[in-house]
Amino acid sequence: MKILSIESSGHVASTALLEDESLKAEFTINNGMTHSETLMPMLSEMMSLCGEDIKDVDAIAVSAGPGSFTGLRIGAATAKGLGLALGRPIIAISVLESLAFNLYNSHGAVICPIMDARRGQVYHAAFRDGIRLLLDAAGPMDELIDKLNAMDEREYIFLGDGVPVYKDLITEKLRGSYVFATAENNLQRAASAAQLGMWIYSRWLIENGLSPEEVRSTDISEINCFNDKVMDPDDFVPAYIRKPQAEREMEAGLLEDPGLHSLKKMNGERHGKRHKADKG
Amino acid sequence: MKEEKDVYILGIESSCDETAASVVKNGREVLSNIISSQIDIHTVYGGVVPEIASRLHCENINGVIRLALREAGFGFDDMDALAVTAGPGLVGALLVGVSEAKALSYALGKPLIAVHHIEGHVAANYISHKELMPPYVCLIVSGGHTHLCIVRDMETYEIIGRSVDDAAGEAYDKVARAVGLGYPGGPKIDRAAKDGDPLAISFPEGEVDGRPYDFTFSGLKSAVLNYINRARMTGEEINVPDVAASFQHVVVDSLVSRTIACAREYGFRKVAMAGGVSANTALRAAMQEACDREGFECYYPEPIYCTDNAAMIAAAAYPSFLAGRFADLSLNAEPNMKLGMKLGA
Repeated sequence: MKILSIESSGHVASTALLEDESLKAEFTINNGMTHSETLMPMLSEMMSLCGEDIKDVDAIAVSAGPGSFTGLRIGAATAKGLGLALGRPIIAISVLESLAFNLYNSHGAVICPIMDARRGQVYHAAFRDGIRLLLDAAGPMDELIDKLNAMDEREYIFLGDGVPVYKDLITEKLRGSYVFATAENNLQRAASAAQLGMWIYSRWLIENGLSPEEVRSTDISEINCFNDKVMDPDDFVPAYIRKPQAEREMEAGLLEDPGLHSLKKMNGERHGKRHKADKG
Repeated sequence: MKEEKDVYILGIESSCDETAASVVKNGREVLSNIISSQIDIHTVYGGVVPEIASRLHCENINGVIRLALREAGFGFDDMDALAVTAGPGLVGALLVGVSEAKALSYALGKPLIAVHHIEGHVAANYISHKELMPPYVCLIVSGGHTHLCIVRDMETYEIIGRSVDDAAGEAYDKVARAVGLGYPGGPKIDRAAKDGDPLAISFPEGEVDGRPYDFTFSGLKSAVLNYINRARMTGEEINVPDVAASFQHVVVDSLVSRTIACAREYGFRKVAMAGGVSANTALRAAMQEACDREGFECYYPEPIYCTDNAAMIAAAAYPSFLAGRFADLSLNAEPNMKLGMKLGA
């Protein structure tokens, strides 16, 4: 069984191919280029160097979120296009779970993936030895530290692009010992997403009494046992966690002249150069 | 020699607030034209909110593509190429279509053509007028663009004039909001103007010094806003149909006079219009009348092909297909893409 994975939630673009228990390839780039320019060439190059045909992939695992809204959509639209063309399911992967998966065997330490969500907040979660302790959420780092202190655990490992931003705060406020992940584990990696995806997909097959061959040979629109993790590519959307700013302002009654607001935003975006990651 | 055969192109468009897909045969014959409009959602905000638009594109794009194929009675295998709007437009919105199209192109092994959104609008004329061939003068008017250009051949656009400030459609939106008609301004002003007197209020037509074919609408817009503010301060009742008709009269006159003068000076007898504002009934009537007077042929697309759609994108891609100019997998969205800019080799 072959799982292709795509990760573009942050600075890193990454793609990997996992066949059963063997990682065939992983291609990760962290050079500040836009995902739109790098992701598909990387994927295509990786497949051709492996001598693999995209048509032989069983399912596509993609980072659903949280992360940069624009980055998530590049990955999502890529996965949806592949899924639509090939008639293959999409496996929705939590970016935070996938990050924590870089350090799967933590020997009892609490793994805390933190991603800079701007506006003084982090996207965060917590795991211990593969067990989830906190749900994916966005919030101030202070509050996360309070929650972790309340857990009163022995050791914590922090990773993700929130680490350089909040290192000092962690050092100041966290009780208990902690370490920060080293470079090779600190960023989103498609290999982790692929492994998680393999487990999720295998479990889904077993739960529904399906074989990989059966799914490959069935018209995807006729499969009716999809859930919120294994999905028809038509139905997949990123897990943004946050609502768009305009929607939040509207709900808070802050949008006095909504027309002006959106025109301003539109002009700003139209005149902007290359897209910057919109970390909602 | 390759035998001549029919060419089927699947077009994809997501540059603003419509998610669209279409199958077009030989650049002229529309076999399906699916448009998922988000207008009701953006109306609540008084205009297009880019992040909301991008999210909705991502949600709807597969269904729209699937429907376009089904309605045409084809599968992916029957397509000769894919075409996608690469720019200009909202970057987040464009990226959804571009990413989707690249993935489809790769997984299907079909070539991909990057299309300029405005060249798409121009190509809408080839759908509505099977006999139309360049060269001709084309007025491109939409919410984001006001360009007067000469279309030399299917792929060569020479810009003769452009708006130095607001696009025509933008001026419509701003004036519509000021008089309380709301969003989108174009159709709402057009409708209100039907009951008004275009000569009731004299608004100034803007000119750009030394550039007879350029447009300016910011002075006109300010004049309308000042008129409204003055009326409000003195407690005068504003006659919305009169304001709409008088404003529209100046805009239409400005657009038509320059287009006709350009055709005359450069010696063209064919005049076309393209873009969302070319669906405006007053503009169509005035341009047709002016062309009839001059003995020019006047072309404009059917209303459904004036606003954003993917049939026009597939139509615009056809000459690139024949020329074998395809985009590679590193294609990016180009929010500020210039008219005539070609992506691919």
